[in-house]
Amino acid sequence: MRYLVPLLLFLGLGVLLFSGLGKDTRYVPSPLIDKPAAAFALPELRDTARTIESAQFAGQPYLLNVWGSWCVACQEEHPVLMAYAKTKKIPLVGLNWKDDNETALRWLAALGDPYDAIPVDAEGRVAIDYGVYGAPETFLIDANGVIRFKQVGPLTPEIIAKEIEPRLAEMGVK
Amino acid sequence: MRRIVFALAFLLTTTLVQAIDPLPFANEAEEQRFQALARELRCLVCQNQNIADSDAGLAKDLRNEVFEMMRAGKSDEEIKQFLVDRYGDFVLYDPPFKATTLVLWIGPILVLIVGFAIARKMILRGGPHPDLPGPIDDKVDR
Repeated sequence: MRYLVPLLLFLGLGVLLFSGLGKDTRYVPSPLIDKPAAAFALPELRDTARTIESAQFAGQPYLLNVWGSWCVACQEEHPVLMAYAKTKKIPLVGLNWKDDNETALRWLAALGDPYDAIPVDAEGRVAIDYGVYGAPETFLIDANGVIRFKQVGPLTPEIIAKEIEPRLAEMGVK
Repeated sequence: MRRIVFALAFLLTTTLVQAIDPLPFANEAEEQRFQALARELRCLVCQNQNIADSDAGLAKDLRNEVFEMMRAGKSDEEIKQFLVDRYGDFVLYDPPFKATTLVLWIGPILVLIVGFAIARKMILRGGPHPDLPGPIDDKVDR
């Protein structure tokens, strides 16, 4: 009986610390969920004379994927985006973050280009507005321009099936 | 002796080196305000560094953003709010006191109080613990 309290304290502390072990400490919950996505007007990577404006996607849900040719995890994610682009469900916008245009174009030529639009954010201003702290990050933005879901790190088929598809179904996208 | 003085002087200069990329500060007061602010903000890429110390690309962007907001006449509070709106309370090294950060603020104090209570109980119980051997009798040993 004398040892019961220390034992319980020890077990409690053990459970607390153990539960912390599996956690990804790099994951930071975003305060932007259910908030309007920041507006932007940036040059298009494949034709820098053109301007991509966030307003042109209004009225339909779309995915905003933050990537860079310097980002190793983006390369890992790339086949998933290529496969998803083929379904043609919703537009895939690739925000090219702090990248070099030439390198980015070469990267897409080598690995394939899944994007419907590629706004270039060379200075990283727009990325700050989206609270981006590492690539890849993907935002699901609904028809009203509200951020509904954010994925930090590579998209996987599981995350698309579990997090994105149900939300799209809710929005009436088949 | 001279060598020691030299070594100490070197140490002094290294501690005085601040933000990695020089920003065009107008005066010392502005620079000091910037440094104080940057030290309160966490670099999210390298989570245990503040944005004043970090060499990461994002930290540099955030430093520029903070600097430009200062120039635009924003207050420290407005600048911090700008970043909290985008990155959450986690970006602040000194998080606000509210429901979600309650454990963070109260937890250590609670643990301390419980610890004192246990220690007090053990001390006040008085006398040697029954399981411990009694005091060593000096005479036997000598």
